[in-house]
Amino acid sequence: MGLRLPSKVLEHILSFIDSNEDRNSVSLVCKSWFETERKTRKRVFVGNCYAVSPAAVAKRFPEMRSLTLKGKPHFADYNLVPDGWGGYAWPWIEAMAAKCPSLEEIRLKRMVVTDECLEKIAASFKDFEVLVLTSCEGFSTDGIAAIAATCRNLRVLELRECIVEDLGGDWLSYFPETSTSLVSLDFSCLDSEVKISDLERLVSRSPNLKSLKLNPAVTLDGLVSLLRRAPQLTELGTGSFAFQLKPEAFSKLSEAFSNCKQLQSLSGLWDVLPEYLPALYSVCPGLTSLNLSYATVRMPDLVELLRRCSKLQKLWVMDLIEDKGLEAVASYCKELRELRVFPSAPDLDEANIPLTEQGLVVVSKGCRKLESVLYFCVQFTNAALLTIARKRPNLKCFRLCVIEPFAPDYKTNEPLDKGFKAIAEGCKDLRRLSVSGLLSDKAFKYIGKHAKKVRMLSIAFAGDSDLMLHHLLSGCESLKKLEIRDCPFGDTALLEHAAKLETMRSLWMSSCFVSFGACKILSKKMPRLNVEVIDEHPPETRPESSPVERIYIYRTVAGPRMDTPEFVWTIHKNPEIGVSHLAIK
Amino acid sequence: MSTEEELQSNVSVASSSPTSNCISRNTLGGLKEHNYLGLSDCSSVGSSTLSLLAEDDKATISLKATELTLGLPGSQSPARDTELNLLSPAKLDEKPFFPLLPSKDEICSSSQKNNASGNKRGFSDTMDQFAEAKSSVYTEKNWMFPEAAATQSVTKKDVPQNIPKGQSSTTNNSSSPPAAKAQIVGWPPVRSYRKNTLATTCKNSDEVDGRPGSGALFVKVSMDGAPYLRKVDLRSYANYGELSSALEKMFTTFTLGQCGSNGAAGKDMLSETKLKDLLNGKDYVLTYEDKDGDWMLVGDVPWEMFIDVCKKLKIMKGCDAIGLAAAPRAMEKSKMRA
Repeated sequence: MGLRLPSKVLEHILSFIDSNEDRNSVSLVCKSWFETERKTRKRVFVGNCYAVSPAAVAKRFPEMRSLTLKGKPHFADYNLVPDGWGGYAWPWIEAMAAKCPSLEEIRLKRMVVTDECLEKIAASFKDFEVLVLTSCEGFSTDGIAAIAATCRNLRVLELRECIVEDLGGDWLSYFPETSTSLVSLDFSCLDSEVKISDLERLVSRSPNLKSLKLNPAVTLDGLVSLLRRAPQLTELGTGSFAFQLKPEAFSKLSEAFSNCKQLQSLSGLWDVLPEYLPALYSVCPGLTSLNLSYATVRMPDLVELLRRCSKLQKLWVMDLIEDKGLEAVASYCKELRELRVFPSAPDLDEANIPLTEQGLVVVSKGCRKLESVLYFCVQFTNAALLTIARKRPNLKCFRLCVIEPFAPDYKTNEPLDKGFKAIAEGCKDLRRLSVSGLLSDKAFKYIGKHAKKVRMLSIAFAGDSDLMLHHLLSGCESLKKLEIRDCPFGDTALLEHAAKLETMRSLWMSSCFVSFGACKILSKKMPRLNVEVIDEHPPETRPESSPVERIYIYRTVAGPRMDTPEFVWTIHKNPEIGVSHLAIK
Repeated sequence: MSTEEELQSNVSVASSSPTSNCISRNTLGGLKEHNYLGLSDCSSVGSSTLSLLAEDDKATISLKATELTLGLPGSQSPARDTELNLLSPAKLDEKPFFPLLPSKDEICSSSQKNNASGNKRGFSDTMDQFAEAKSSVYTEKNWMFPEAAATQSVTKKDVPQNIPKGQSSTTNNSSSPPAAKAQIVGWPPVRSYRKNTLATTCKNSDEVDGRPGSGALFVKVSMDGAPYLRKVDLRSYANYGELSSALEKMFTTFTLGQCGSNGAAGKDMLSETKLKDLLNGKDYVLTYEDKDGDWMLVGDVPWEMFIDVCKKLKIMKGCDAIGLAAAPRAMEKSKMRA
């Protein structure tokens, strides 16, 4: 019964569907749709590299052209995941090299990538064009050289905040003289100086180059020379702005910038001699994105820049901007969609920057299009959160880090429950939420109830009891990633809502009161979850009821992983066994 | 509130002093690069940290040491289990010796000789320390857990990220403010990449956090034959001895710490470093370029004057350094300046 859509027609229809979420839905309709969809999917996204095996992915999507993978849990960024935990790119590269040689694009985040991986990529994929590594580690500049040398059609090479073994600047000279395809190059995370003449020649012969992000070692003179050769740039990451310039060189710098009429995004700067900032004034009116989060620019100089940036949509700064600078943002940057304010001195308790909750409040009031916020602040108030929620119901991402753990509303001494309630209730489109400060279980009742679209939730030093987790797991319909540290809940809520965990990508819990016994029960109950314990000693050496330090739970169709290091224990499905022998070193 | 107290007792605390931001990004660059290994990489204040580990596991070194083998220069694609031969050819050959000439007399008498007599032991100590560090990291398992990590600042996980804090607590030569509070691991949630980068940039701009500082004095350090440069902050050392040992460790670290997690699933994480025998007797001297553009031997002028005039550092092969300004000329220059 019913019309059968010829697969050619379906294929044609599907060619208009890019979103993987939609394609996932399509693939569930029936077998033939599943087949057609899988044969036509070009861009594959795997949010957790251990959720599925590389072979299965390669087999399912033979026409894959682009692969995006994420490895380590997000809290690895904050030193909570020990080195050697996993997230190796190799098995994926190996599998794709064998099954999908037409792969053109690889994007990896938080994964361990070795030089061998990079060499394999270079050798295996003839049409390789795009390599983007974000927060990756394990490789050296030799691996980069291999990519540069071998991938004839390389368009994009971006190393974003990676930890790279820097063996020198030679890698750049490996781009053959015949390579003219470069569109984007980002080596801002490398230390070593590259030969400026090599870079000049590369830029000169890359007419399509649109994005260039230099490392701090590139001097201002070098920058001038590069800008002259690439006035068509739309994205620029400068080198250090602190190299001494002769007076006439300053005007050359200004001129070089003013010739870049298409520049929309600016980053870098690093060390800044403020007298050079005026060279940037000419590009400010065109900027939509400004990342000064690594730039030591003080408030007055920031204001001078920002008041010229009327089109700015994305601003990343350090708290050096102060409340006053944020007032300027609120006044001048009416198009602002995204604001991130990072701490300039994260480890120092004595840092006395005049940045308070008022800064964020004033921006929320002034910038009508604001939808994404990351804000580090020493303390906060409910009143501020209420104002923000009221003014900006269109917020999609709200990440507040009150630096002082357990800090209450500093004016009323109450928990910040009311404030976050307002955020959860008021911002109906909220997709990502990070909470901090003093919070009781009540806060999570509100969040569970109202934050219907929140997909990722980060919690630290909060809550009173199991109720907290109960509220979250019984609410938060769209929850996909939950990461919690140092919260006092235990086993009950976790076991009660075990089924929820299979609807999520992953759950991270550290320094909570979840016991080893509960982990075993959970693992037995949920066959398609990997319950991994991170502990230097085998969990069995502790009593069943003792809390486990770190737990990472994720859904998977690939079974327990085979590459766990000695400190990661996969809880065996058979609780009699305890921890999987596969996990034992 | 009792809940908080309870919680706080459970909160992982690494009781080390806050970073002084005194550590240059580029010395940390060495640390960053070995993140995945967790070797006790160096920074300018690293010496005593290494000695912590040295005491721990002396027994295992000799075994490890005998297993070291030559790595082929230029080998880029080793078998996976022999692991990342990230060494590029140049480094395999070099061995840094920085015989900072301790007194004028020696300089006067041996303007041509660049011997490294006192340093040989230093170098092998460093080597041993690294082997020890590596073995202790893997066998002792005193890493990553904040309780354990509190005192052992050089730990597998903590090495690249927590080194600044850890080292401030274990060494006394940092000028950091006293630790007001205990540091919580991973809090505030700022990525280590950011912390490391900021440590450099904040150091370079004196007034950023409002504290008076003499500012950093970064100079580039290059080494003959090595295709990379490092930067060191001269102000973070008090004398030639500290500079010398820091450089030694920096360049040695680089050469030695080449293991890393490989991509292979399930492979032995404890794969040995492939090392060429670096005790092949090549001598090196440390030289610097002064304000006039002349290359001089390091060590002949008083330290304070040195950091004032030094623009660049270079680790040269001894034979290449013959004819470099020896003390008489150096002293002449300094007299002219004075």
